[in-house]
Amino acid sequence: MDIIRAVNLVREFDGFRAVDEISFQVEKGEIFGLLGPNGAGKTTTIRMLTGVLKPTRGRAYIGNHDIQESPIRAKQMMGIVPEMANAYIDLSAMNNLLLMGELYGVGRDQRKRKAETLLKDFQLYDRRDDKVKTFSKGMKQRVILGMALMNDADILFLDEPTGGLDVESTRLIRYIIRQYNQSGTTIFLTTHNIEEANMLCDRTAIMNYGRIVAVDRPEKLKNTIQSTSSVEIAFHKAVNEDDLHFEGVSSMEKAGDKYRLFCKQVEKILPKLVRYAEETDNEILSLRTLGPSLEDVFVKLTEENPA
Amino acid sequence: MSFFDQLKRSAAIAKKDLRIYYFRGPVIIQGLLIPAFLFLSFSFRRDVALDFLLSGLVGMALFFAVSAITPVIAPWETRMKTFERLISCPISLWAILLGDIMASMLFGLFITLFILVASVIILGAQIITLPLLAGIMAGSFCFSAFGTLISAPPADKPSDIMLISTLIKFPLIFISGVFAPLYEMGAARFLSYISPLTYYTDLVRHAMIGEAAFPPATNVLALAGFAVVLYSAAVAWHRKNLDKRF
Repeated sequence: MDIIRAVNLVREFDGFRAVDEISFQVEKGEIFGLLGPNGAGKTTTIRMLTGVLKPTRGRAYIGNHDIQESPIRAKQMMGIVPEMANAYIDLSAMNNLLLMGELYGVGRDQRKRKAETLLKDFQLYDRRDDKVKTFSKGMKQRVILGMALMNDADILFLDEPTGGLDVESTRLIRYIIRQYNQSGTTIFLTTHNIEEANMLCDRTAIMNYGRIVAVDRPEKLKNTIQSTSSVEIAFHKAVNEDDLHFEGVSSMEKAGDKYRLFCKQVEKILPKLVRYAEETDNEILSLRTLGPSLEDVFVKLTEENPA
Repeated sequence: MSFFDQLKRSAAIAKKDLRIYYFRGPVIIQGLLIPAFLFLSFSFRRDVALDFLLSGLVGMALFFAVSAITPVIAPWETRMKTFERLISCPISLWAILLGDIMASMLFGLFITLFILVASVIILGAQIITLPLLAGIMAGSFCFSAFGTLISAPPADKPSDIMLISTLIKFPLIFISGVFAPLYEMGAARFLSYISPLTYYTDLVRHAMIGEAAFPPATNVLALAGFAVVLYSAAVAWHRKNLDKRF
């Protein structure tokens, strides 16, 4: 059963089409990722789905509610983490959460309990009465996520939830996202972090120039470009890169002290690499075969679908 | 979602505004000082009765107090990206703006009460009447809606809106019979009828010195009418510009 449905959504800004006829559904209980480079139209899409922006054309449904026709009922089902940090910096962490509770109609006692629980979960309880302007970026983002969770929403919309955060805050936020998803909350997140989409999402839509170019499970998306399998190898001594362009290697990348050789048939490249190491009196420090990554899929699809 | 639920959410917005924008030293001082300085400037060496000028001061105080902050809330929150947060919540635009107006009204009532008590002490007379109280309520809503209307252009620089606000507010002071009785204003008197401050000042003057151009009920009704028109215009204009804020 779908809980979010976009039907031919279009959004234009002064003649520029930021979102171009996109349609998709998100199933109840899944983590759905909208992946794309900066300017792909992800934030505009999430703003239309959450009723912040009106679509130029098309419809968006949250549950059974058309976001344009029943915005209050639709918004009551959501919790939102917008792209920009936007807690009230002159309010305390506790008052930011309580304000959201009031705006979602959560009862007085319940919102106090919920705010305390969230502040404890997010390791902010000791700073609950401090103004948010004294917080680090990671702490602010935790407050913002807490604000989105105050109403026990059916759907959480997260626009770049971990963008620019330190490792600790990123891990905590991803953990919370998984926890809420396991308890039944549907998650809709936008990200340009491919690894994040790969780690978190049940399904991912790849967006570029306002259009959705693919929607599927991350592993299925990877399978669509099996031709880009690769071997990653590190040698003890430096090598001449030209020597590694064996027959069957379509391209090569150097990443730090490692080389990544792209090919169609990995099994034919491996013996050649071993033989090369022996002949040049070198030693292989590490060797692993890799399937296509979501990044490969992303690069391939965005290159194939220019504006 | 009932109307009453939306009103409760307006109250949450008002509480937030009071915490963030209003009860701060500089804002309170501004609410009292600007009218006080204007009052002193125009009363200095003029042969005008103290109670006449004091009634003008009460009128200005409410006008300045409630229209000081409302114009900057929307641009400030647009800039801080908190406006997007509010719009994404299950609260209607009219209720958000009503919350801003409620906060402003409470602040205006606080300032007005302060000056009224001072006036009672200075004049030594009972001036607080039922029409005056009704007028203070209607006037504070009206002036606050006026400030909210000024904030409707989709700017994210509070200074831009403050400039517009100042350009509109100061001329209004001079056409509203604050410093001179309406009958002394000649042809400009007709211009004063388009200013809601005229009716509020007239009402205060009636309560303080018993002289007025209009009956109290007319003044209260005029203020209520202005309040409805200005609030409706503010909601409509904010709605029209909403997309441009993001």
